[in-house]
Amino acid sequence: MRPALLLQRLLHLVPVLLGVTVIVFLMMSLTPGDPAEIMLANQNATPEQVASLRHDMGLDRSLPVRFASFVGNALRGDFGQSLFHRRPVADVIAERLPATIELSAAALIFALLVAIPLGVVAAVHRGGILDRLATVGSLFGVSLPGFWFGILLLLAFAVNLRLLPVSGAIDFAHQPPTVTGFLTIDSLLSGRLDSLGNALAHLLLPAVTLGLPMAAILMRVTRASMLEVLRQDYITFAEAKGLSRARILALHALKNALLPTVTVAAIETGSLLGGNMVVETVFGWPGLGRLVVESIFVRNYPLVQAAVLLYAVTYVLVNFVADLLYTVLNPKVRM
Amino acid sequence: MTDHPMPEPLLSITDLRVAFATRGGLVRAVDGVSLEVRAGECLGIVGESGSGKSVTFASVMGLIRPPGRIEGGSIRFGGRDLVGLDPAAYRRLRGREIAMTLQDASTSLNPALTVGTQITEVLLAHAEDLPAGHGPRRRAARQRAIDMMRLVGIPAAEGRLDDYPHQFSGGMRQRMMIAIALSCRPRLLIADEPTTALDVTIQAQVLELIAGIRATLGMSVVLITHDLGVVAEYCDRVAVLYAGQIVESGPTAQVIAAPRHPYTAGLLRSVPVLSDLDRPIQPIPGQVPDLVDLPEGCRFLPRCALAHAACHAAVPMRGLGAGRAARCVLAEAAP
Ligand SMILES: Nc1ncnc2c1ncn2[C@@H]1O[C@H](COP(=O)(O)OP(=O)(O)OP(=O)(O)O)[C@@H](O)[C@H]1O
Ligand SMILES: [Mg+2]
Repeated sequence: MRPALLLQRLLHLVPVLLGVTVIVFLMMSLTPGDPAEIMLANQNATPEQVASLRHDMGLDRSLPVRFASFVGNALRGDFGQSLFHRRPVADVIAERLPATIELSAAALIFALLVAIPLGVVAAVHRGGILDRLATVGSLFGVSLPGFWFGILLLLAFAVNLRLLPVSGAIDFAHQPPTVTGFLTIDSLLSGRLDSLGNALAHLLLPAVTLGLPMAAILMRVTRASMLEVLRQDYITFAEAKGLSRARILALHALKNALLPTVTVAAIETGSLLGGNMVVETVFGWPGLGRLVVESIFVRNYPLVQAAVLLYAVTYVLVNFVADLLYTVLNPKVRM
Repeated sequence: MTDHPMPEPLLSITDLRVAFATRGGLVRAVDGVSLEVRAGECLGIVGESGSGKSVTFASVMGLIRPPGRIEGGSIRFGGRDLVGLDPAAYRRLRGREIAMTLQDASTSLNPALTVGTQITEVLLAHAEDLPAGHGPRRRAARQRAIDMMRLVGIPAAEGRLDDYPHQFSGGMRQRMMIAIALSCRPRLLIADEPTTALDVTIQAQVLELIAGIRATLGMSVVLITHDLGVVAEYCDRVAVLYAGQIVESGPTAQVIAAPRHPYTAGLLRSVPVLSDLDRPIQPIPGQVPDLVDLPEGCRFLPRCALAHAACHAAVPMRGLGAGRAARCVLAEAAP
């Protein structure tokens, strides 16, 4: 794509992101109850202490002023203090973010690796045993609640068979030196294969749990679009050219059939974020999702606000990337 | 009759029957078609929409897919029977010895691949005389692709290899499809309505192009068309299809001068003739019969002005001498 067009698309993001910020801010500001009071509710705080916290949090100022300072601070990466951790919210989040990204990426990779081959095989052997198994399996995949499936996996592989760890992201003894915060990458960087193995073992069950519903959806999308593509004249013409079956399926058909898959995968990547909260809680995963759940319980307003904004912005950016991918895959919209 | 002894035809189809299992019943799309294509000749195939032209030649290409099935008959090409030929052998034949251009050029090129990819892949799959080594092979295939695109009259061919089909006009796409089909210099080209979607001047250009290349490469051509005018100008012989059967065949000039089947006569009356523009155009009344349950007798009977008692029994194809034949009880009586 031309750089100018890319820049133009990036500029389109600005109003969207601004809108998202307004909505997040209003949601947090307009929910009933006074944050300062709620945060101090269980601590026998005096009215003076509440007033002082209100002042610290800027709650005594007007809404537009608060919004302006929220945006100004956010742009500088300042989301206020997490009272609970007694550290800046941004630091706390930054510490937890890599684990969540790692888990989401693993779930996405798992989903794609399962869904695309299965979808293709199901479409090519339409009505065959594999197609039926995959269709029934995908029905389970989308309808089973993630936490329930996660607990089942935990019971089977961690508790009964003792093949995989029960919780956490790595065992203390295998902790690699922190460089990026991503355990798998840090393991590789430090050349510690034991750490890599341990990190992957911890990653497996939560990634499968998180990725399964997505795999189910992507499998169906891939199957449906593959069936559609295989009916097209250009597939018949490719056959008339005497090309190998493998080339026709992997290049001629898949390159077209993957368009909807990529789009849906991108949208679903946004929704992985929501799934993270449940899965991270079930598997004791030290990521952002669990942090947010904990923060909601202790009414850690600034942190929840920052995390919700981060989720929303990520969602927007993920969709932007999906758009770009769509453009790369589809020459008709490439300019 | 003292016919010259003929060498074995390049393609001979005998009693071909193809049916599609549909919800409404078994559609007998091709029902006992026999025809021959000799080396170097151009055979025209005419008939109304749905008469089985495309299905007949999709069978030759081995491209009938479920719910369709070849129910019987034989297709001999270059001394080999193609019905039941194993898929690998068929792939070596398609695109290399027999090539086919499909009816709709706008949907027959893959929208996600450059035309360069789509033409060089045929050469890379089939051409035996390309140099060894990945790079040289590719370069040679590219060069040959450019030559072929020049041959079919695509301007600035080398600059267009990296374009996508949607960047081509309808006429250029048709040429591109012909270039792809001819890239391995097949012995037989099947051109399925190569001009239907084009405007008149482009039509003539494309037909001249096929005729010219036929002469240069010495290949045989099957030209499928609705247009008897096209047949008159470009084809040595013609076969007229009606409801899955050949109703008349013979040398073009004789068939057009004195048709022996009322359907052929009807077709001729339904097209304008440049030499006699005052002659009224008379469309054939009635409709093509339903292919699911066909009457035993003549399939044209309900639309025929010359209906006869004998027409209710099965009518075989009758040889009329001089390479002519017709499926009509009156055929022998005609002059
Ligand atoms: N995949 C299919 N499933 C069911 N019926 C089919 C299928 N393909 C073709 N047919 C039927 O076979 C018959 C012959 O079709 P065919 O495409 O050969 O016609 P044609 O002579 O090429 O017509 P046209 O001039 O419109 O291209 C039609 O009645 C059509 O409905
Ligand atoms: Mg057709």
